[in-house]
Parts: sequence; C-alpha cells; structure tokens
Amino acid sequence: MHTDWPLWEVFIRSKQGLDHKHVGSLHAADAQMAIENARDVYTRRMEGVSIWVVQSSDIHASNPDDAESLYDPANDKAYRHPTFYDLPDELRHM
Amino acid sequence: METVEITCPDQVFLDKLDRELKIEPKDWMPEPYRQTLIRQISQHAHSEIVGMLPEGNWITRAPSLKRKAILLAKVQDEAGHGLYLYAAAETLGISREKMYQQLHNGKAKYSSIFNYPTLSWADIGAIGWLVDGAAIMNQVPLCRNSYGPYARAMVRICKEESFHQRQGFEILLTLSRGTPQQRAMAQDAVNRWWWPSMMMFGPPDASSPHTQQSMRWKIKRFTNDELRQKFVDICAEQATILGFSLPDPLLKWNATTGHFDFGPINWDEFNQVINGNGPCNKERLDARRKAWDDGEWVREAAEAHAAKQKTKAAAA
Repeated sequence: MHTDWPLWEVFIRSKQGLDHKHVGSLHAADAQMAIENARDVYTRRMEGVSIWVVQSSDIHASNPDDAESLYDPANDKAYRHPTFYDLPDELRHM
Repeated sequence: METVEITCPDQVFLDKLDRELKIEPKDWMPEPYRQTLIRQISQHAHSEIVGMLPEGNWITRAPSLKRKAILLAKVQDEAGHGLYLYAAAETLGISREKMYQQLHNGKAKYSSIFNYPTLSWADIGAIGWLVDGAAIMNQVPLCRNSYGPYARAMVRICKEESFHQRQGFEILLTLSRGTPQQRAMAQDAVNRWWWPSMMMFGPPDASSPHTQQSMRWKIKRFTNDELRQKFVDICAEQATILGFSLPDPLLKWNATTGHFDFGPINWDEFNQVINGNGPCNKERLDARRKAWDDGEWVREAAEAHAAKQKTKAAAA
C-alpha cells in the first residue's frame, strides 16, 4: 500500500535582499519535485525570486512548554533598548 | 507559606483565546477542539478540490482564449487552496492519505454546492458571483480564527479569491449587455445558483449544533444566519447592476430591520444533497476516485525515481 510522500517545508525569498520566509508545506517524492511543486503552489502571483525546501523531519523546534524559561529572562532587561535612556531633549543626532 | 498556583491546561488554552492569541500546532489544545478543526479544515480542503470539477467542465468550451486562460488560473487556484488547507489540517495530526481516503469512501463531506451541474457558460459567471461570493463571506472572518496554520492559509486564500468573484460578475455583466438569448441564459444561471448559494452558509442557527462551541473557540466569528443575511443584502444590490432578478418573490427591503427580507430556504433539498442524493454527487466522487486511481502509476514512478536518484547520489 502506498504511503504519503515526505512532507517538505517551503521558504520563499519574496525579492532580492530579503530573507527567505516560511510560507507553508507540501508533499513531494524528492527535493527537486518539492521545488517544482512549491513553484506551482506558492508562487503563482510573483510571490518569490528564490525557493528553499527542507524536509519537515529535519527541522528541530523548541518546545512551547519551555517558552517561559527561554524568553521571560529578556523581559526585565529594558536597558537593552535605546528608549530606556532618559537623555536631554537638546541632545541631537543620537 | 508558599502558595502554589495551579493552572490546568484547559484554563491556559481558554485564556489564550480570550487574549486573541493564536493556538499553534505544538501547543496544548483540548481534543474536541482538535477534532473540530480537523473536520472543518479537511471538509474545506475537499470542497476546494471537488470545486474544480464543475468549472473544469467549461475550460475546453470557454468562449474566448482570454476567458479560457482566466478559468484555468481560477481552477489552478482552487487546487492550490485545497493544498494549503490539507497542509494546515496535517499539522493537527491527520495524514494526507487518511483525508483522501475519507473523501473517496464518502465518509468526509464537502460543500453541497459542488453537487449541482454547470449547464451553460453563464453558470461560470453565476458561480463566480454567487458561489465564490458566499465563500468569501464565509472565509474572510476565518482569517481571524484561533488556529494559526488555518488562519494563515485563509489569509492567502482570501487574497487570491477576490479575482474569482470579480471575473464571475464580469462574465454576467457581459452577458447582460448581450443578445436576448444571452441575457436569458444568464438569468437562468442566476435562478439555478441562487438558492444553493444561500444554503452554503449552513443550517439556520437554531439547528446548527456546532455554532456556539465554535464561536467560544473563536473558530467561527459570525453565525450562519448573520453571514447569510449579509450575503442577501449585498447580492440584492448587486443584482440591480446586472439587471437580473433573484428568484425569490419574498425578497424585499425592510426599512425597520435595515435588511432585505427573504423567503424560506428548502432545507429538505440541502439535507438530500449533503446526504449524497444531489444531482451530481456520484459523478463528483467517481471523478475524484478515478483521478486518484489513474494517478497511482505516476506516484509509484516518482517514488521509484526518487529512490534511484538517492542510490546514485550515495554511490557518487
């Protein structure tokens, strides 16, 4: 019995100079077919100039349950942002 | 004494919904929420795929090369929309294979509208105006639904869908300025597609079992009757631009409610079509099964090719 082709995640660079961004996923027998299908499924309206495909099983993700321990420590470090510093109005070009 | 705050995952989930945060695939979610989404998204995907069939009927017979290119692009979009939605459903843990099986063995439902035949070229216009119009009315609020992958798929779909409705209206507009025969053909198409389009919003709120729960889960933002009323109000106005009538003798502006009143919907017909007894149910499913079976050797060949390339690459 036939089983599904592997799942691939598709990333598209919308124009030269920008990052590739995740746009969705699709099934394909191999990488070449994944790129060809991604072209048909995700770039019908000039959405991209470059395509990356990555087999979904090769992606390692952080666990949402760890979100607190991973990201909360940044919460109380407002001094990492330029707006934290109270400087005189006459100060210019900074 | 230390106080320990106990939050059950269900509470965390509901809090997220209340704060309009999206639920993502790896987040905890109640099983009924997951099952509701799998059912709704896969039905939606099936509808896009089966929806290609009535229109595909006219690709080879479109009246001009321009209309043919437009119809091809539209049908190709429907295939794309089906694929975005299948991918969104898969993030909930159901396989593509299983969804196809459910469609092919008749277990899964798809929109009842696609079980009606496309008898003339004007039907392509009426489908664009009314069927895609009703679909857009349903789909725009789904862009804000609480499940991330579904919402993102819907944003992309709605962006692409807008031309579908406009091209349909343009077909009808062209026919409305044509010969008496062309006008009659277009009016006939509108007459046949109006009531099935009204049924696309689903049963009335009073007998829609899932509405309340789906609204609490922020999958649904408006009730079936609210969306249907919006659709009637908009179409009643648009029909006057075309100079066509809608086949409802009770359709009438109501100054008190600020809406159009409309006549009773034949829910018996709706239930018959949903349960497999519409004019084209068998034809549609047979076409899907045939496409799947005929494609078997292509799927096998692609797999064999991929395996061969892999072996070659490993040896090199």
